[in-house]
Amino acid sequence: MSEDSFTIGGRILTSRLFTGTGKYGDDGVIPAVCEASGSEVITVALRRVDLESTTGNVMDCIPEHMQLLPNTSGARNADEAVRIARLARAMGCGDWIKIEVISDNRYLLPDGYETVRATEILAKEGFTVLPYVNADLYVAKALVDAGAAAVMPLGAPIGTNRGLKTREMVRILIEEIDLPIVVDAGIGRPSEACEAMEMGADAVLVNTAIATAGDPVSMARAFGRAVKAGREAYLAGPGAKHVLADASSPLTGFLGGAA
Amino acid sequence: MSFYPHIATYAEALPDARFDDFTEQDVLRSLNRTTATVEDFMALMSPAASGLLEEMARKANRLTIQHFGRTVCLFTPLYLANICTNHCVYCGFNCTNKIHRSMLSLEEVDVEGAAIAATGLKNLLVLTGDAPAKTGVDYLEACTKVLNKHFPSVSIEVFALTEEEYARLVKAGVDGMTMFQETYDEELYAVLHPKGPKRDYRFRLDAPERACMAGMRVVNIGALLGLGDWRRDALLTGLHAAYLMHKYPETDIAVSLPRMRPHVGDWEPQTIVSDRDMVQFLMALRLFMPRVGITVSTRENAEFRENILPLGVTRMSAGVSTAVGGHSDETCGEENTGQFDISDARSVDEVCAALRGKGYQPVFKDWESIFETAPQGVEEGL
Repeated sequence: MSEDSFTIGGRILTSRLFTGTGKYGDDGVIPAVCEASGSEVITVALRRVDLESTTGNVMDCIPEHMQLLPNTSGARNADEAVRIARLARAMGCGDWIKIEVISDNRYLLPDGYETVRATEILAKEGFTVLPYVNADLYVAKALVDAGAAAVMPLGAPIGTNRGLKTREMVRILIEEIDLPIVVDAGIGRPSEACEAMEMGADAVLVNTAIATAGDPVSMARAFGRAVKAGREAYLAGPGAKHVLADASSPLTGFLGGAA
Repeated sequence: MSFYPHIATYAEALPDARFDDFTEQDVLRSLNRTTATVEDFMALMSPAASGLLEEMARKANRLTIQHFGRTVCLFTPLYLANICTNHCVYCGFNCTNKIHRSMLSLEEVDVEGAAIAATGLKNLLVLTGDAPAKTGVDYLEACTKVLNKHFPSVSIEVFALTEEEYARLVKAGVDGMTMFQETYDEELYAVLHPKGPKRDYRFRLDAPERACMAGMRVVNIGALLGLGDWRRDALLTGLHAAYLMHKYPETDIAVSLPRMRPHVGDWEPQTIVSDRDMVQFLMALRLFMPRVGITVSTRENAEFRENILPLGVTRMSAGVSTAVGGHSDETCGEENTGQFDISDARSVDEVCAALRGKGYQPVFKDWESIFETAPQGVEEGL
């Protein structure tokens, strides 16, 4: 394995950890988080970006080499998501867009139908669309048809740090969907990111778990290492799991090699 | 389609002594639950919980950081007018009070807006007294259009409006509303509001719901703590917020925790809500509703505001003047025209420095009205 890279929207990525910009006590820590994590993709809520600001701006804290992934956080339907995406591009944030369409402020669960609708519109307009969705096979298939560049299923609801609660559904997406699968939301610990990567996810996006850690830079480093470890384990091909122990002296050995 | 019948149900189920029935064991059980029930919310606000404030604080802090991070959204109020037709016994704007009455012209609104915007603030809350004939929806609509030049987010804290009126203001660029029920005790409410349009308890109670139905993005409610029994008012505030959040998942529901403050007039609150009481309510609310926005105003002093910051606060006012024209005209005497006396007179820069000193990031901008879906009939396009 020379370099284990993968491609989204024509950009070759060597790091499989995407990071975020929300919830930090001080945005000034973001460059150190990016460096420690090794991440190359960073998401930013456009609703918080203020290019006219004279009092500091999160965009100033994002290292230049990072692939900017503006998100449509705050959008309650496809139309609002499309509007935010177009504004992001007009503001010079590039063509990548993470679709977040959430109309349920209690649980913050993504609206699959509206997400597909926004994806279809924006993909046609040349955006590299990374939609955040429930781990649902049919929604994922619709996103493929709609022109998504990746599918980003949640591991657990946003900000909960509950881990990979949707494990089985994510596994099915990894098997069935021919697009990069980026597990987004819910991952609270490096071990959980590692698990997602071991399963074969192409990448994970972690914001809350890093931003709200006691030491965000150390946690970012830990996530970076965990993602690499999980990826390496996946590529190495883990031994098969068995429900029953393999007997060292097979009980059917007396039957001989051929039936 | 109203929270009103729910209040009656709770009133029957919750006789005054009910809060005293909870034990420390009940509180500990509630603290250990992943999702707090109404019963848990009551237990956490009961006298029994007052001995477990530190345990509550740890969980409230953890939940707040988990859901909101170490960030606090800043806003400031802009008083457009202090003309009022109400007789609220506890309010400086009471129409019988001898204070200088004024309302800003659109040009003055622009000047005030520019003065506030120069401090870096991006979230504005505009307030008026209750005088629809002078500061009605037409005036609010015109002011909003002026202020949207300076602020991506403009909210209103004005008299109760109809759903159609809220919809008009949403269309004009208003994205949030605050409505204080003052007290949920209907009998006491009648005593405190002897005359004026605000006397209509139910019309005010249902105003936040009408705003939700009209598509308001953020709806902020609260009771003025100290007017009535604080535990009952706090409980019903939380239940009202939960009712709205359940019924209108698209609306961002938030709660303010204002305490009675000195004001022009001679009415004194009958209930003193202590710092411990206030903190208990704040934390119980956070444990009951981990994702609800919680606002603390400059009614509280700087030290207290900083101390309660980690316990659930997500929004704070800064650089506050409650006087009409007080942001651009320093000669405009707060003591003569303000709605209440503020306790934290720090500038925006000072509040920001204090927040940063505590490891928190002040957030100025969190939304743009231009992101909103265009109303029907409005041409799409950017």
